[in-house]
Amino acid sequence: MIQLDGQRSLANLQLGRLRRQWPVLALAVALLAGLAAPLATRAAAPGFFLEVLLAGLMSGVLYALVALGFVLIYKSSGVFNFAQGAMVLFAALTTARLAERMPLALAFLVALGLMIVFAWLVERLVLRPLVNQDPVVLLMATLGISFFLDGFGQIVWGNDIYKIDLGLPKEPMIVAQQTFDGGVLVSREDLAAAGIAGALVLALALFFRHTAIGRALRAVADDHQAAQSIGIPLNRIWVIVWSVAGFVALVAGLVWGSKLGVQFSLSEIALKALPVVILGGLTSVPGAILGGLIIGVGEKMAEIFLSPVLSSVFGMAGGGIEDWFAYVLALLFLLVRPEGLFGERHIDRV
Amino acid sequence: MLYRENGQFKTSYRADLQLLPIAQDRWFVLGLLAFAYLGLPFLASDYLFRALIVPFLILTIAAIGLNILVGYCGQISLGTAAFMGVGAYAAYNLTVRVPQLNFLIVLALAGFAAALVGIGFGVPSLRIKGLYLAVATLAAQFLLDWLFAHVKWLTNDSASGSVSTATIKLFGIELQSPLRKYLFVLTVVCLLTLAAKNLVRAHAGRAWMATRDMDVAAEVIGIRPLHSKLSAFAVSSFYAGVAGALWGFVHLGAWEPAAFNVGLSLNLLFMVIIGGMGSILGSFFGAAFIVLLPLILNQVPLWLGIPLSTATQSNLESMIFGSLIVIFLIAEPQGLARLWAIGKQKLRLWPFPH
Repeated sequence: MIQLDGQRSLANLQLGRLRRQWPVLALAVALLAGLAAPLATRAAAPGFFLEVLLAGLMSGVLYALVALGFVLIYKSSGVFNFAQGAMVLFAALTTARLAERMPLALAFLVALGLMIVFAWLVERLVLRPLVNQDPVVLLMATLGISFFLDGFGQIVWGNDIYKIDLGLPKEPMIVAQQTFDGGVLVSREDLAAAGIAGALVLALALFFRHTAIGRALRAVADDHQAAQSIGIPLNRIWVIVWSVAGFVALVAGLVWGSKLGVQFSLSEIALKALPVVILGGLTSVPGAILGGLIIGVGEKMAEIFLSPVLSSVFGMAGGGIEDWFAYVLALLFLLVRPEGLFGERHIDRV
Repeated sequence: MLYRENGQFKTSYRADLQLLPIAQDRWFVLGLLAFAYLGLPFLASDYLFRALIVPFLILTIAAIGLNILVGYCGQISLGTAAFMGVGAYAAYNLTVRVPQLNFLIVLALAGFAAALVGIGFGVPSLRIKGLYLAVATLAAQFLLDWLFAHVKWLTNDSASGSVSTATIKLFGIELQSPLRKYLFVLTVVCLLTLAAKNLVRAHAGRAWMATRDMDVAAEVIGIRPLHSKLSAFAVSSFYAGVAGALWGFVHLGAWEPAAFNVGLSLNLLFMVIIGGMGSILGSFFGAAFIVLLPLILNQVPLWLGIPLSTATQSNLESMIFGSLIVIFLIAEPQGLARLWAIGKQKLRLWPFPH
């Protein structure tokens, strides 16, 4: 059955390549259409365009913060942590309610302590009994954790919308008035949030690179068995990693919370971090950040420039593209490049 | 002593292949059916039918569908509610645009519409699995949810985006009273359960299970993964579509775009986990559990004299769901259905120790 006819097999090969690459073509066409949309509407002044871009980048930073927690846990334990959103909500709620009674810094520390206790409990009660199980089982277990934590947090701390005042500057500023007509509106709060996120990423990078624990974490991420065989205690590493993810959740929760108020929807916004990590690659910290930015910008752009097109061409009621844009982008990515932008290529027969 | 198969010999292949090989099981199922059709209509109140039994039966259909996908074929799905929505909107459009169509045909067509969409979103499962598939099905959930709210054609240009249905007429009988609705839904559930039960032990079901257990090995013994995965998606979405049409027409009557949201999808997944993955019977247990728990949480504090606010109740509910899922995954991954099977096994020897 060996095909010896060179001409024919080459033709087959090319046909096969074409067949394999049609999703790439489809994606390229879709992206081109997306880019052409603002030109078609012509309503976009460059200043307005920049404002949308900036707003997208800012919400992207926040997505990236949540996605960071996912990546940390996935890298070190192979668990796809559905509860990251619930952790964000719980941490933010705790800080917000405690800050009513004590200084913010103290509330922050207490919340951090609680997140560490939570990490320890999760390792003890959930991860350890389920070790070596199918990833899907672990995913469902974290779904359970997330439901538990959502309910628990709101029973203890209440269901309302709470405010956190981080002391960030609220009033927006207008820059580049000379270059563009009307200037570009920039929220200082968003800038501060971006600064915090950047500092957090830098701190994590230093922690991973230069401390003994960080090296141990990276070893575990590379190879569980090899790490264990040279004496790295896996259980303790998991507690540490969940604590670090808890810390990231706390920071993300505070930044989100001061922007939107601490409320249940925080837990749902964090669902957006799933497509972000798919886009960036499940195992890559820079990927999480870039993925967050792409999704943040993409959905804002789609909301502003694509929904008028949709409503004029198909007669749909506009708006709400933000709800699904990230997921559909991730879906397309999955079809074309399942490992994401920076993830490790993981070949698996399906 | 009562429950043993001693002396029940199978003398033909037919007898060996029957669905319930043990006589006591046959009598039990017959008795249950007789009770459901003849006993319950006299015992239960209209409120009970409306608030408890009809939702339970409809959600059971959806749970069976999801169980075929998750439990039998091993493909995770977080978008079942969206497929239910496809069924509901398909049925709505069919009844509005072709009013003379029999509702049974509408129901079947709604199922097929959902199956088509399900196959479409099942295509990624050929390249990805596990965690990645969860995201792909979430994409289906959010995209379809948005389409229901924004494509005006689907809601027949209703201004608010909500949809209300006319009373179902079946062969000249109006399904108006809760009792009639109950009997109709019960019949559909019985037929679909029988179909599912047979499907999972036939060629299709074995192909699904082989794919679930080890896809490479399944391919080696000649099962095409393309066929088995997509057929699981199709059958699963068909069940979800029928359940969605019933949910919209029989249970809700009128619904808003958010009726088929991600929360319902997760609840259905919980039914499958708690009831038992890979068990048709488990889908019944799971659905019953999820329907009953809020009611119990509502009633028990009242009896104890500590009324809870609705917010506390729903928080308590999600806490209990969450911890139960973790507990079941750790202690009894095959769910309530497994407990039932253990009970039956014990009953064979009871009251003797050996």
